[in-house]
Amino acid sequence: MTDTKKTTRQANVTSKTSVSVLFAGDSGDGMQLTGTQFANTVAVRGSELNTFPNFPSEIRAPAGTIAGVSGFQLQFSSKPVYTPGARFDVMVAMNSAALKANLKDLHRGGIIIAGTEGFDEKNLKLAGYPDGANPLEDGTLDNYIVFPVPVLQFTREALKESGLSSKDVDRCKNMFVLGLLYWLYTLPLEGTIETLQTKFQKNIQLAEANIKAMKAGYFFGDETELFANLGRFDIAPQKQHGTYRRVTGNEACAIALTAASKKAGLELFLGSYPITPATEILQTLAKKKKYGVKTFQAEDEIAGIVSSIGAAYGGALAATNTSGPGLALKTEALGLAVILEVPLVIINVQRGGPSTGLPTKPEQSDLLMAMYGRHGEAPMPVIAARSPVDCFYTTYEAARIAVEHMTPVICLSDGYLALSSEPWLVESPDNLADITPRFQPARKPEDAPYLPYKRDDRLVRSWAIPGTKGLEHRIGGLEKQNETGNVSHDPENHELMTKLRAEKIARIADTIPLQSIDNGPLKGDLLVLGWGSSYGAIKTAVEQALEEGYSVAHAHLRYIHPFPKNLGTILGNYKQVLIPEMNSGQLIHLIRDAFLIAPVGYSKVQGVPFNEMEILAKITDLIKES
Amino acid sequence: MTDNDTTIIASPVLTAKDFASDQEAKWCPGCGDHAILQQLKNVMPELGVAPENVVFVSGIGCSSRLPYYMATYGVHGIHGRALPMATGLKVSRPELSVWVATGDGDALSIGGNHFIHTLRRNPDLNVILFNNEIYGLTKGQYSPTSKIGLRTITSPSGVIDQPFNTAALTIGSGGSFFARAFDRDGKYLRSILKRAALHKGTSLVEIYQNCPIFNNSAFEAFATPDSKADKTIYLEQDKPLVFGKEKNKGIRLDGFTPVVVDLDKEGLSTSDLWIHNEADINKASILARFADVHDKSEEVVPRPFGVFYAEERVTYEDALTEQIRDAQKNGVASLEDLLKGESSYVIK
Repeated sequence: MTDTKKTTRQANVTSKTSVSVLFAGDSGDGMQLTGTQFANTVAVRGSELNTFPNFPSEIRAPAGTIAGVSGFQLQFSSKPVYTPGARFDVMVAMNSAALKANLKDLHRGGIIIAGTEGFDEKNLKLAGYPDGANPLEDGTLDNYIVFPVPVLQFTREALKESGLSSKDVDRCKNMFVLGLLYWLYTLPLEGTIETLQTKFQKNIQLAEANIKAMKAGYFFGDETELFANLGRFDIAPQKQHGTYRRVTGNEACAIALTAASKKAGLELFLGSYPITPATEILQTLAKKKKYGVKTFQAEDEIAGIVSSIGAAYGGALAATNTSGPGLALKTEALGLAVILEVPLVIINVQRGGPSTGLPTKPEQSDLLMAMYGRHGEAPMPVIAARSPVDCFYTTYEAARIAVEHMTPVICLSDGYLALSSEPWLVESPDNLADITPRFQPARKPEDAPYLPYKRDDRLVRSWAIPGTKGLEHRIGGLEKQNETGNVSHDPENHELMTKLRAEKIARIADTIPLQSIDNGPLKGDLLVLGWGSSYGAIKTAVEQALEEGYSVAHAHLRYIHPFPKNLGTILGNYKQVLIPEMNSGQLIHLIRDAFLIAPVGYSKVQGVPFNEMEILAKITDLIKES
Repeated sequence: MTDNDTTIIASPVLTAKDFASDQEAKWCPGCGDHAILQQLKNVMPELGVAPENVVFVSGIGCSSRLPYYMATYGVHGIHGRALPMATGLKVSRPELSVWVATGDGDALSIGGNHFIHTLRRNPDLNVILFNNEIYGLTKGQYSPTSKIGLRTITSPSGVIDQPFNTAALTIGSGGSFFARAFDRDGKYLRSILKRAALHKGTSLVEIYQNCPIFNNSAFEAFATPDSKADKTIYLEQDKPLVFGKEKNKGIRLDGFTPVVVDLDKEGLSTSDLWIHNEADINKASILARFADVHDKSEEVVPRPFGVFYAEERVTYEDALTEQIRDAQKNGVASLEDLLKGESSYVIK
């Protein structure tokens, strides 16, 4: 980067371990793109990284208002990070609404880079500040380090000879900010330059303008006196060598389904209906046709799952993805999949409920629905992903269980995992577990009759798919006679089949790994038991508590039904068990029910993930109280 | 998928009995469903498809028990959802012959949304819609095709809902094939089932089916020797619309309105009549409305039977297969490619 050596004055560079940054502005300010570019740059350089976008559910909420604020938070670090940061160290606020909406989550003493044009009279009014009040001028931000930067003015100056329309020029202002942040964190511009050149391949003028605006931001950092006291920062990259890619939870789910189909030698079929925040799984898979993936955008949630059941009956690895309202619509079909005993993966990306609830916000409130939300007794495995990368491994495992145990499996993610991203050390195909479908071979006329519901020692029936000679058989949602699968209303038979279906799922516990302790002592004062996306916050909090000398451990459940066989023993090894959940206490019901113990619940039902500080405070309070 | 050869053509010695399962049909004595089942078994050997390559899919209702009685693959699903189940199966396994047995309640009420969307997508399914204008399995409630005024257990003062016109709904939904048949006329039903099977795309066959228990004689006018010839018209491609005991009546179009003419009295020849053309969607739309042409609440034109409309149009599964083939023109991508993705980076 020869250009940037024109430095007039060398600012001090301070080393730091971790930084959490929030890019916030109006929905139209390009903050998602800016954040993504920044994340790509630090990832490719080898930093540990965790990102989380936060945007309104309206596509274009009124400009300048709090409702229209779009944010992208990321934490990058020299050591592993599991959350985007409980609070951010730096906030880019392109307008006053962005500042107002996010100030409470900025560290005291944190840095604010404010685009001053977003703090004019009109914007202040739209953000709801009282007449005459301007936080950049009235001293309300005295506890922070504030850098007011006329971003729009500088962008316009930089691009005054670009020949672009004033609208196009103004839209480059996010690149000015990005360049400034690259300067502040001593990061290279090349990656973004390449991306912009590719993105605007067909409009070189626009590519050049964006690059110029970014460089202008970078040089501004160099040349201004504004940052003289602060200086620059360096977060040394520490990632071990290897090939990485950055994935969101939804992308990871889609990749896992495709990988599982390849590994199992099955075609992947996804029947789906768009729903926030699960839609990216359908979108990603729709682009995987070169892997032979078939996606079917159905007319509704019910057709989404039922088409998948049809495909599963035909021998495909079938899946459907949805969020809470969709899972509710699919429940009758879930029962059908249970009684048909066909493999099916249901990915439920949870969001705040009930009803339409909080479409873009995460919650862990569908656990009991996943467990019990069907008529009749219709047990099925439930497993939950803990991080964006873990969405890959958990979804893959859901597919393995579904195919090898001939059952629908619910795989729980949530809106936080769905959109968050982290670097993934690209997995080798050889490391993926084998998935072995048990297709029933063709039958000759002289062979014994085919029995569709004859089971092996794991109580799993075989997969007899149409097209196989000699296996023609009829099955359906009516209760069936044991082994033959013929319709049966016999009372004893129904009870037997009910027990067989439950026992089949219970026996999956024989094939899944034992529960491990993620961190901390094997016996002690407190076990924090989590599931799902609270992993990062609990992990970070327990690490901190251990450093402070507390006797605390962390276990995180992937398998919720059936539970790992040693879970009861583990729970007995601690004086207290704390279960943090983004619901009013659902796992705690299951744990109490299964083990007759009294864990302490910790609920957060705000559509916002737990942060590590909240969990840490709860841990220390509990241990101090006891 | 398996090493079983799915392309074997059925041996020509197969008979209707080879398509009969070991389960006894549990419909009421005298139910039209028995006749439909028999014609399905009869037509199967004529199609040259091996039983293992045939799948019957159904929802809920009397009609939806049909898969249990066919010695093919069969799956009995949930109420209203046979069409998406069949679509998923067909999209996943295009080489199979997939049939759907459904009823007026299953297809047009609880499954109404799937009905219209399946028709517009046009997967190659053979949909046999048993229309008895009543709910049978739940014991006699009115259905979305029940006539206005019909007194049932849930309409003691008479039905006040306008019934669906299945033909018009099919054509309006972008269906590529509509035919109507009658449970009482087995030979004709069989010919229509064969046409439906041979049509590539979603073939919708509405079968007027008598429910002797809850809606007996709903279609009697089209069956009794006294009225049959005057109340029905059988469609034949490129043939004039002629009907009547003496074959002396016909249909002409007055603008967009079908009118009955008497060839003898009006001195017309058959060449003056409406010539049936299955490929003409406008004419098919008018045929679909014959049942709705009334004068003082009397139907004034005969009820058409046969193939109203047949359009050769790409099927959903073929279009998808084509897109996949196109995406794979440079080879099927590997698991390594998948895991690595397109934006991976190396940390040295």
